[in-house]
Amino acid sequence: MGKLLDKIEIPQDRYEVRLSGSGGQGMILAAVILGEAIGGGDGRNVVQSQSYGPEARGGASKSDVVISSNEIYYPKAMKLDMLLAMTQESMDKYFEDLKEGGTLIVDTTLVTHVPTDNYYGLPFTRLAREEAGHVMVANVIALAAIGAITGVVSREALTESVLSRAPKGTEEKNRKAIEIGWREGLKLKK
Amino acid sequence: MAEPKRKLMQGNIACVQGAIYAGMRFFAGYPITPSTEIAEGSARELPRIGGRFIQMEDEIASIAAVIAASVTGKKSMTATSGPGFSLMLENIGYAYITETPCVIVNVQRGGPSTGLPTKVSQSDTMQARWGTHGDYTAIAVAPSSVGDTITETIRAFNLAERFRTPVTILLDEVIGHMREMVTLPEPGQIPIFNRVKPTVPPDKFEPFAMTANLVSPMPAYGEGYRYNVTGLTHDTMGFSTNRADEIWPKLDKLKNKIEHYTDEITKLRVEMMDDAEIAYISYGTVARTSLQAASIARKAGVKVGSIQLYTIWPFPDKQLLELCARCKKVIVGELNMGQIVHEVKRVLPRDIEVHTAQRYDGEILTPLQLLKKLEEVM
Repeated sequence: MGKLLDKIEIPQDRYEVRLSGSGGQGMILAAVILGEAIGGGDGRNVVQSQSYGPEARGGASKSDVVISSNEIYYPKAMKLDMLLAMTQESMDKYFEDLKEGGTLIVDTTLVTHVPTDNYYGLPFTRLAREEAGHVMVANVIALAAIGAITGVVSREALTESVLSRAPKGTEEKNRKAIEIGWREGLKLKK
Repeated sequence: MAEPKRKLMQGNIACVQGAIYAGMRFFAGYPITPSTEIAEGSARELPRIGGRFIQMEDEIASIAAVIAASVTGKKSMTATSGPGFSLMLENIGYAYITETPCVIVNVQRGGPSTGLPTKVSQSDTMQARWGTHGDYTAIAVAPSSVGDTITETIRAFNLAERFRTPVTILLDEVIGHMREMVTLPEPGQIPIFNRVKPTVPPDKFEPFAMTANLVSPMPAYGEGYRYNVTGLTHDTMGFSTNRADEIWPKLDKLKNKIEHYTDEITKLRVEMMDDAEIAYISYGTVARTSLQAASIARKAGVKVGSIQLYTIWPFPDKQLLELCARCKKVIVGELNMGQIVHEVKRVLPRDIEVHTAQRYDGEILTPLQLLKKLEEVM
């Protein structure tokens, strides 16, 4: 038998997303919202997991969402189809996990050096602060941009999922955040 | 009726939902990572349905409260991780000898001692079988997904009630903390077993009677059936004994009431095994890595399959032997230095090569690691 490892192929029936940033940027909540929006909408399977423990407080924090129409065997990411990097540290740490030709989306407010020319850059944090009225919704703007750019989630499903998690009184800010993110994402879509 | 809603749910919360579906009405525990959400979820849910949650002063008191609540007729559970499981073991032995149904969830993390609080492990597999001292037979189940955690928790309660015995659920940090889409079962969709109660008048009641299936009917304290509950080896009336003709039957009862029904307790998931020459054998989180690796290797033309143990104890000797009859090699994957592999070696004939894939650095085995091992043994 020849070398097995030369013959194997990465499964094509999975779409692997990593949302990364620093503790406090709401990457885990964003992954839960994305998972709910995708899994609740059209019945695809979803596994959401996160780095858990001391390393998740400050420093680079990540949360993964694996999506498939089939049963998801291995629950963690193998080679990312999409990476969101909200900070330079998370950019540097997780870029190598992105597959060749994978989609890289970065927050250009905080990421100054991107190791490739092939990426989508949007100033999520600045848009949140200046246009949406609160820095807290940068994660929602990013989610909407991800939806617009990749098509991984519909605007309707994402809106429903965001609003089901939004604390009372923040609905309008979150709607606005989705509007901004979707609009900016569409502008970049290739 | 509306379509049952699919929800994104965490493994630990799925455990709570499964327990409540099975009839849990009492939880006592001492929160510990990575099991804490089970205590939190129980604290939130139980009061709403007339149940009780108590945070005890430690794990020893927690399992004591769980056993006592079960004796009063309530289906009871506790949840912990390795360090707490170690503390509970003496009283778990008390539950074995007093034949008290209860469910103990161990969301495994790295050890020994306080070890790796936030990191995954499967190193309590043998502890779930042999942890408390003395002769007894244990039941332990191991889910591998959030959906499994619901059904296996229900099954754990059913087994505990049916066999009047503690049942351990071996979860791990990865399953406990991950979220997956699940649909909760509708009422009545999954059968629920409740302990058999005595029908004789109280003055004819023999609390540890030798019945045909070796499981004695169990009243709830306060229902009029008075009996003695002791950790000392006891006769059929529940009083301590030193008589050989009473000790033998009692200890045989603890063993045989379970082992005579191993076939019914055994649950496996068998995939791609029809023509397999090599089998991955695993449980819990690793079973998912095995399925991934096997499906990748199949596409590359390797005749490999996956056997997943949902029931770890009692060990499915007969089924494993049959399933591996045509195999030349097996690879046992575990997040420990080798525990269930010893059972596999005990069961399989010498001409089947038993290989291992192990990891104990707090991370899960990856498909690539299992594929490398496969390449190595091919």
